[in-house]
Amino acid sequence: MSLHLESISSLRKQLTSGDIAPSDILDALSESIATQNPAINAYLSYDLETAKKDANAADLSKPLGGIPIAIKDNINVQGQPCTCGSKILDGSYQSPYNATVINNLIQSGAIPFGRVNMDEFAMGSTTESSAFGKTHNPRDLDRTPGGSSGGSAACVAANMAIAALGSDTGGSIRQPASHCGVVGLKPSYGRVSRYGLVAFASSLDQIGPLTQNVEDSAIILNAISGHDAMDSTSIRDEARDFTAGINDGVKGMKLGIPKEYFGEGIHPDVRAQVDKAIKGLEAEGAEIVDISLPNSAYAVAAYYIIAPAEASSNLSRFDGIRYGHRTEKPSDILDLYKSSRAEGFGSEVKRRIILGTYVLSSGYHDAYYNRAQKVRTLIRKEFEEVFQKVDAIISPVTPTAAPLLGADKNNPLQQYLADIYTISANLAGIPGISVPCGTVTSESNTQLPVGLQILGAHMDEQTILRVGQTVETISS
Amino acid sequence: MSSEKIDVRYVANLARMNVSDEECVTFQGQLETILGFIEQLKDADVDDADLTTHVNPITDELREDISRDGLEQKDLMQNAPDSALGQIRVPKVVDA
Repeated sequence: MSLHLESISSLRKQLTSGDIAPSDILDALSESIATQNPAINAYLSYDLETAKKDANAADLSKPLGGIPIAIKDNINVQGQPCTCGSKILDGSYQSPYNATVINNLIQSGAIPFGRVNMDEFAMGSTTESSAFGKTHNPRDLDRTPGGSSGGSAACVAANMAIAALGSDTGGSIRQPASHCGVVGLKPSYGRVSRYGLVAFASSLDQIGPLTQNVEDSAIILNAISGHDAMDSTSIRDEARDFTAGINDGVKGMKLGIPKEYFGEGIHPDVRAQVDKAIKGLEAEGAEIVDISLPNSAYAVAAYYIIAPAEASSNLSRFDGIRYGHRTEKPSDILDLYKSSRAEGFGSEVKRRIILGTYVLSSGYHDAYYNRAQKVRTLIRKEFEEVFQKVDAIISPVTPTAAPLLGADKNNPLQQYLADIYTISANLAGIPGISVPCGTVTSESNTQLPVGLQILGAHMDEQTILRVGQTVETISS
Repeated sequence: MSSEKIDVRYVANLARMNVSDEECVTFQGQLETILGFIEQLKDADVDDADLTTHVNPITDELREDISRDGLEQKDLMQNAPDSALGQIRVPKVVDA
């Protein structure tokens, strides 16, 4: 099989002209997975036979007709496992229904193919907290692919998937996209239904695509977005074609550079790549505007109250009663809950459940949770004001390129601080995209990708896709 | 907000989760470091700020009151760790 696993638009041309069949793509993928997955561990499972049946029935006239898409293991696909990277859902659990995004993908002709690895319940930024082994970065196997959607980013980067779905609660799409050299889009909160996504922090979670290029992200967003009666935070918006205008360039656009995102924490080599991309955008006719987001300094602290608080509530459903792991021979019902949860959850999840329970507990609720929600308002308003002045904001995605596996193993706070540039977008509900803008050379002489983050006003994905397309063109 | 010690075992019990002695020690140190970091929120001027629970201007979103098919009982029961006669089995919860 010599089929080259290219972008969606390229494969779609070959499919509609009859040069290739959907099963050819699946064959090429399974060959690529067989060769590479043992070293990378992006896929937890896949079902080639079912996918081939789906492929034979796929309507090639649809926008994603015949295109397989890898699914992060926290999004429900009927009849498939959904482990969330956790032992608590290992074994016999099978999704009884499709998430709305999956129904939407199928309606667009796509084939959900394979379950990809993630940090347990999406809590982490390295994919090392998965109960099913860490995922390795395809660009340098000694390094993390990022997380929590590390499997999604790694499978696209290694040509083991055409595209993938991930979820982003504090940067979990954009950060692994940056570390693996692919495009990752977190849509506006409410743009894409969360129904069928296993909830981590409901007010922050959003599903989005990880793809080989910007246009593919727009194509997938077309398919998965839209109002859904099953998600009460889903927004009613007119039907849009997110691919429209992405090639229109940035001439005359005002792009804001927040000084707080270029402070002492950023590695000089990463900064050099980001600065080069900003110069490139300026050369394309964008006006570069210095801006300030002073309250973003509080974003990490507010996030690590709000997200664990919501998680501690959401994860109470894993109690060993209706689904998931149940301890053997419990002495009574209380022991059943406490032992099942202790045996099923890994360390990072336990840590966050305890932190979340603590900040919500009597006597601490006002001091922690309410205060964090007020700070969240400050951050949100600050973005609203800035977007009166600029069309989009440009920043790094992460302070460094992909770290070595195991680097911050015993220091969770250190790991949390690396989310500093991505978390604000979740708190404010605004869209963000990570687009590869260059590489840096590691100590072991490997080339590590660097992503550029583009943030837009709420519900304005079109502008960031357009800027992203320009970055892609000038970086290649 | 304070830097008082977190009683890991007490809080874990509130969350209905056992923790080992070793986990208690590890989590205590890590969580107190995190709580220390979080204390910076004291410096934010939030006097005039409302709470943001989620960012969208949507409240009281209701679906039309129309019945529709849900999941079949067998689809829901297939994931239950222990069941019999179409019901989920649990240890005794009420003393006779």
